[in-house]
Amino acid sequence: MNKHKYLVVYTKFLHTSLASELEYKTNIIIDAITAMLSLVGSIFLLSIFFQNSGNIGGWEFEQALIIQGIYTVLNGITNTWFNPNLKEIVRHVREGTLDFVLLKPIDSQFFISFKKVAPSGFLEIILGVCLLFYCIKINQINISLNFLILSLITITCSICILYSLWFFISTTTIWFVKTWNATEVLRSFLYIGRFPMSSFSFYLRLFFSIIIPIAFITTIPSEVFLGLAKIWKIILEIFITWIFLITSRRFWLFALNYYSSASS
Amino acid sequence: MRKIFTLLKVQYSNMLEYRVEIALWAISGIIPFFMLNIWTNNNLNESININNTMLSRYFLSAFFVRQFSVVWVVFSFEEDALLGKLSPYLIQPLNPFFRYFTQHIAEQITRFPFALIIAIFFFLFNPESIWFPNLIFLFLSFISTFLSFLIQFLIQSIIACLCFWTEKASSIERLFFIPTLFLSGLLAPVASFPSYVKSWIYLTPFPYLIDFPANLLSGNKTNISVGFFMQILWILMLFPLFIKIWYEGTKKYTAMGS
Repeated sequence: MNKHKYLVVYTKFLHTSLASELEYKTNIIIDAITAMLSLVGSIFLLSIFFQNSGNIGGWEFEQALIIQGIYTVLNGITNTWFNPNLKEIVRHVREGTLDFVLLKPIDSQFFISFKKVAPSGFLEIILGVCLLFYCIKINQINISLNFLILSLITITCSICILYSLWFFISTTTIWFVKTWNATEVLRSFLYIGRFPMSSFSFYLRLFFSIIIPIAFITTIPSEVFLGLAKIWKIILEIFITWIFLITSRRFWLFALNYYSSASS
Repeated sequence: MRKIFTLLKVQYSNMLEYRVEIALWAISGIIPFFMLNIWTNNNLNESININNTMLSRYFLSAFFVRQFSVVWVVFSFEEDALLGKLSPYLIQPLNPFFRYFTQHIAEQITRFPFALIIAIFFFLFNPESIWFPNLIFLFLSFISTFLSFLIQFLIQSIIACLCFWTEKASSIERLFFIPTLFLSGLLAPVASFPSYVKSWIYLTPFPYLIDFPANLLSGNKTNISVGFFMQILWILMLFPLFIKIWYEGTKKYTAMGS
């Protein structure tokens, strides 16, 4: 593995996709407004839940805002990196252009996962980070080195789990060709990441911890923010991240064995 | 009329090809059930005077109404316009929107069994919420769901026509989808909204998209005559706008790649 080569290729990816996205300037403005409205909407929904109740699932309003912040950051990352590339994979398989990707002297998973960047998601990330800073202020969280390291680790793990989930679904394109709807299912499941996991019933919690680990994606980083996370939970999250990354990689290599180019 | 019927038949057989996809679409609509879980699990409904059973019926109805009023015309239209597929449709003596309209109806027919299966599962987990709405209300809610579908179809068609000017209209649709999502009653019944929102929300089209038909179907309290009046009023306002923007747009249209 030549790290330098991958870095050079990635800067080229960034350059080309930014150039093509900036063609549609008004689009970026509209997407920015959409991201802001979406955040306002979900805080509005949260305020409905809290208007007659002090806490849901043991979380107060100010604490639940942290979850919103982390969700917004992760959603921004999804919209910037995972989503546009996923669309590309579907197109590659349907039109048979995956051949060209496989022939390139570069790792196919790298190429397919990072080819495109949609800058409109950046604003969502910025919004989420701002919300997180605001939450740190209103919850009076002390920023210590320990806190910074732990939150960085857990958020990185969340990003990796999210990436693996998306990549898993994109890989199934090789058999089913149209996975566009499967991603919608994942999207609607991810939606519950906006709320504290403890506010759901036991069976849903079980489902979202074992089968689709959404519980780990937003709730654990938020608990780290509040200093409530137990160390075994963090270790478990790291372990799960590792499993997801390895299996999604294996699954991709396995799926490639079944790839038969289009029209041949 | 015969044209529409033929189109419907063609689109239905077309849709049957994509059964798996439509089943997945149906599953992706289950967000209302997650919301229901939060409401009942935290006893939040006591404050809005709707008991657990009625609330679960409401969310199941909201799921159904959403299933049969989903509109995606802007995405099909944008693709057709960008790839230049629109040109042959424009020459035909039939407004291309009829094609999209029948496509939606055909998809809804295909979707119906899957929605029913999800409802059966819902009843298995919540046996106390089983109910049969009386025939009049069933009929009324069917009509109001269809009207809700028409409103959304008209709004999206108007947005789709903006393709003639901006080429990428789907981002405008995504922007418009946000208030639809939060204000239509899909995630929380409008009855639970704070009063500063309730004071103006009934003047917008949003509560009539999901909240009103879902209340009818589930037997929750709602103002029937005002609901229908507002739905028809919005259709009467949107339809001329659509016709106008369509004529302006087709004049402006220059086929892609030719």
